[in-house]
Amino acid sequence: MKTSVLILAAFALAGSWQIAPAADVTGKVTLKGTPPPEKEIAFTDTCGPMNTTPVTTRHYVAGKDNGLKNVFVYISKGCEGKTYPAPKEAVELDQTKCMYQPYIMGMMVGQTLKIKNSDTCMHNVHASPTAANGAEAFNIPQAAGQENVKTFSHPEVLVKFQCDVHNWMFAYIGVVSNPYFAVTDENGNFKIPNLPPGDYTLTAYHLKAHGKTPGVSQAIKVVGNNAVTANFTVEVPPPAP
Amino acid sequence: MPSPPTSRWKFRLPRPKAASLSLRNGSSLDTAGAPAENPALRRFAVATAAATFALVWMGGLVTSHEAGLAVPDWPNTYGYNLFFFPVSKWLGGIFFEHVHRLVASGVGLLTTILALWLFGRKSRPLLRWGGAVLLLAGLVALFFNPQSPGPSHLGEDLLLAAIGAMFLVSSFFWPKCEASPKWLRRLGVLAFFAVVVQGILGGLRVTLLKDELGIFHATLAQLFFVLMSAIALFHTAFWRNLPEKAQRGAKGLRRLFLGATLVILGQLALGATMRHQHAGLAIPDFPAAYGKIWPDTSPAAILSYNQPVEIEGYAPITAFQIILQMVHRLMAGIILLWVGACAWLARRQLGRRHPLSRLASGWFWLIVAQIFLGAATIWTGKKADIATAHVACGALSLMAGGLISMISFRCQAAPAASSN
Repeated sequence: MKTSVLILAAFALAGSWQIAPAADVTGKVTLKGTPPPEKEIAFTDTCGPMNTTPVTTRHYVAGKDNGLKNVFVYISKGCEGKTYPAPKEAVELDQTKCMYQPYIMGMMVGQTLKIKNSDTCMHNVHASPTAANGAEAFNIPQAAGQENVKTFSHPEVLVKFQCDVHNWMFAYIGVVSNPYFAVTDENGNFKIPNLPPGDYTLTAYHLKAHGKTPGVSQAIKVVGNNAVTANFTVEVPPPAP
Repeated sequence: MPSPPTSRWKFRLPRPKAASLSLRNGSSLDTAGAPAENPALRRFAVATAAATFALVWMGGLVTSHEAGLAVPDWPNTYGYNLFFFPVSKWLGGIFFEHVHRLVASGVGLLTTILALWLFGRKSRPLLRWGGAVLLLAGLVALFFNPQSPGPSHLGEDLLLAAIGAMFLVSSFFWPKCEASPKWLRRLGVLAFFAVVVQGILGGLRVTLLKDELGIFHATLAQLFFVLMSAIALFHTAFWRNLPEKAQRGAKGLRRLFLGATLVILGQLALGATMRHQHAGLAIPDFPAAYGKIWPDTSPAAILSYNQPVEIEGYAPITAFQIILQMVHRLMAGIILLWVGACAWLARRQLGRRHPLSRLASGWFWLIVAQIFLGAATIWTGKKADIATAHVACGALSLMAGGLISMISFRCQAAPAASSN
């Protein structure tokens, strides 16, 4: 009898896990306006041979129907007071052909960041988080093929990474305290899976377009398993006189 | 009753060198307090000051190329001892930072030698015994240290032994000259400690990643250059003979000179703060600022200022940086007027042939050149070489102000001396 009750309880618990409602939040970020043209990077002697085709800066990268790439989309409100375990999988920031890949990415507080140098030359990895008065800033040398791991314990959108040896190399990581974030793809699309029911503020932040401002936000409501669509428009600010 | 000043510079017969000069506080300064003539020491002091200027220039290149953190470790360079870092790895930003460290080491060595030289033959025992201890320590570390922690280890041991041997050998050939006056020896000791502190500050700026330390490091560098130039000046015949030559004191002018010099120091600290924002050009046009007399610093305007595409990963421009540059521009105008007034008043009060009049006139043109270089820095989009020349010219402006102020103090004592 006791065993049967335990088995039933286990099934009930497993069932409740399976049916815990959560919805995907999808959307598209569209660029409005004409951004300034990107510049071609003049590589140095070491990095030039690694790049046989022209490489440009990546400030505004728009794809199909003006979908804007590299926008960091995340839940900025609605998750307060809840704790989320950091994923065990590490996220990876690579240095290849004297460029950071990816340019924009996201990770959770406490998650492992693997920084890799796939190049045949030396780099330095200089991260400048400003949260907690820059206490977690670091600058490490990386020989060819070397890997280092780091974590951040304070959320910050976005943490800057740069190589001071090659001054065109920089990348940004959005560090957040919940797992609900995404970076838009080449067509401006994003998908944040498994967001539990509730009221949230969804924010889209583009580094060049938004600068020191917090980005564009909209309120979303997740009800049951119903998918939510949230589209954003990012305007190119007018150029300086 | 003293005769009214005339506009003509007159040479007087040399007075005895031991003449006493009365100071304002009632004390007196013996002209014999000036260092004895020592051409070799003078040349060495001038060379050290010149090397310091080269170091300031190199430091300017480091910040102009945003390469201050291209070498992430200190005192080693990518794990190597500084002096054994392979030339093949001096790439990109590493080149500027590494060469800066090498030149700094050279200036450190020159300053140490200069400080010891100021003690004359008294330095011999220190060199002999200090050198022997360093040599022994280096050899012990080289042969008996059980650890072998990487590429820097062998270099450090060898370096220690080599420095020890150099000091030991040099003690046998060390100049047998008399020690310089006490006040000058103290300046030498101050220079030695300043160069050590400066080196540590530079290292901590790298390892602690603090821009504030970088600003302090840059400002102290300018002051150190003034100190080294002053030590060189004190060994010249010009300085020694100044009380005899300067018929007229620079009463009333010395505060003006000193005030202008302090304002220039403030301006250089402001410039160092701007350079350590890592934001490129906060205002890209001159003499207007974003097309206006005073630029808009609203959030919307700041956003638009940040739209130009840069290849370098500059930090975004902020309202603070814009205000900083506007204050820098205003200060430049104030300095131009102030130094212009110094030059004009010196000429009027002392005559155009007085050394101070000539020096102040040169100082004024240096400020004009500095303002032109500042404008050129903006017009060229902060081209590294131009921006560095601006830093170097700033250092020369401060040095000129500092030395002119000191000269004005020495001239100040002249009338009292002539009464003896």
